[in-house]
Amino acid sequence: MNKMVPLPSKAIVPERDADKLPILDVRHLGIDFGGLTAVDDFNFTMGRTEIGGLIGPNGAGKTTVFNLLTNVYRPTRGSILVDGVDTLGMSTHQVNKLGIARTFQNIRLFSNMTVLDNVKVGLHNSTKSNLWASVTHGFGYYKAERQAKERALELLSVFHMQDLAGAEAGSLPYGAQRRLEIVRALATDPGIMLLDEPAAGMNPSETTELMENIRKIRDTFQIAIMLIEHDMSLVMGICEGIAVLNYGKIIAKGTPDEIKSNPAVIEAYLGKKGA
Amino acid sequence: MDSIKKKRKPLTSNLITLAIVCVLFAVVFILVETGNATRHMRSMLVPICINIILAVSLNLTVGFLGELTLGHAGFMSVGAYAGCLFSIAMEEILPMALRFPLAMLVGGLVAACFGVLIGIPVLRLHGDYLAIVTLAFGEIIRSIIINLEFTGGAAGLKGTPQDSTFVIAFVVVLITLVVIMNLVNSRHGRAITAIRDNRIAAEACGINVTYFRMLAFVIAAFFAGVAGVLYGHNLSILSASTFDYNKSIELLVIVVLGGMGSIRGSVISAIIITVLPEALRELDDFRMLIYALVLIVMMILNASPRFAALKGKLNYKALADAVRAKSASSKANKGGQTHE
Repeated sequence: MNKMVPLPSKAIVPERDADKLPILDVRHLGIDFGGLTAVDDFNFTMGRTEIGGLIGPNGAGKTTVFNLLTNVYRPTRGSILVDGVDTLGMSTHQVNKLGIARTFQNIRLFSNMTVLDNVKVGLHNSTKSNLWASVTHGFGYYKAERQAKERALELLSVFHMQDLAGAEAGSLPYGAQRRLEIVRALATDPGIMLLDEPAAGMNPSETTELMENIRKIRDTFQIAIMLIEHDMSLVMGICEGIAVLNYGKIIAKGTPDEIKSNPAVIEAYLGKKGA
Repeated sequence: MDSIKKKRKPLTSNLITLAIVCVLFAVVFILVETGNATRHMRSMLVPICINIILAVSLNLTVGFLGELTLGHAGFMSVGAYAGCLFSIAMEEILPMALRFPLAMLVGGLVAACFGVLIGIPVLRLHGDYLAIVTLAFGEIIRSIIINLEFTGGAAGLKGTPQDSTFVIAFVVVLITLVVIMNLVNSRHGRAITAIRDNRIAAEACGINVTYFRMLAFVIAAFFAGVAGVLYGHNLSILSASTFDYNKSIELLVIVVLGGMGSIRGSVISAIIITVLPEALRELDDFRMLIYALVLIVMMILNASPRFAALKGKLNYKALADAVRAKSASSKANKGGQTHE
């Protein structure tokens, strides 16, 4: 059996980000569910404008990592630093305010609300109107609402969805729902966005478009993006650093080329040679 | 792309609701003033307003927050007793024009405080559990009131000045409608509806779920309290037994019948549910049976997609379109004839 020695985590932060404080610094993260260790000794660093990938076979613990990063689960071990701040003991909405936004593997939109309102919910913390303004519709309510609407339409235009603003989110086609989730996450003004299988259920041309859009989002908003994906063309195409997870442990870390040729990864995906 | 549903603008819809309520008020007011309303009819006006306030506020938690609460009558009773005790104490000191609004404020605030107190343990729960615990709290409040001295115990509270009038009740209805509709169409309301649609996603969007659930719960309790004060000032005796879980269930029936998350629906169904048992009074023994049957039929009708489609056809815009299309086609026909 190959010895699983992860590369030092600094190695995959792109050079342009190397001299800045990493947006995400995860150290020795681990969680146990009862007697089962779902994630163990997870170390990962994300540069401020990096696109990183988290891959691995089904049940490897990828989504669990996302749930740990957003404090949906409380880690048993280790620490998470977002922009240098330890998120220990924070609740999910506080972690969001620190700068982590996410999408979900099984789409979680506010399906009875309009597309525009979904994005406005993402803008919740940047909309400045207090309870009194909300109840009376005075005291800067209209100004705040107009600004939120303008910003929401601007964000929707990233995916050319501004014409769908008045539609009910739940009635959108599948691909549009996935894109809307990304827009909503983007609306929370994150420093890092976690995308859980953004290309799931998309056809190859949609996937290519998504790939370009992810890159475009990174360039325009100057944020880091970390994605879980099974579509290798997408992962290898846009990720600068990739971590491979198997049975809750990182078995390999590196650039796409390094990952492609790593024997431990091939073994995890295809099984041991001659077995 | 046909399957994409466009939503109607909430602002127009709200204005229509307010217009309907105002027109109804004007009609009834004229009937009363010209002496065309029977005494029986007049006695129902304030209870209708009270039920509208209760239903609209309950709709905030049930329809918009998406949590089934069965203790609304409990908050109503707390507000009623607080407001009535305040009025009794202040009867000599303050004039009615000042005393009654203050009493409503006191009742609402006390109910809101109870909302916070009860909300802290209750809002840790969700769904069925939350429903049952709120039911239990409603019953606890009622039995405490029955066993206290200063609330008049089981015999009831007497001596409250009868300040509730139709006009005052209507003003409170308007305030309630405006506040709740404004709230729903705001940053806070969006947060509340987002929690209903998907709690986990709402939290991931940076919404403090605990705070906004509490907010919806407390605002609903406040208006229930205000409605309670109106109720207490409408009758000569306030008895705790009226605030049992039957009242909470009745309110829930109103909200469900009117459609969860529909303010206009709550208003209309509050009127129907309040008037119906009175209108059926002549049927004597069969009254409750017919009432139940009517309820069942209305619920089935309301839930059926065909009836919804029919309602869609009957709305103003669709009718206008149909009329326009007809006149256009008849014109086209005429044009054809002259040509021949």
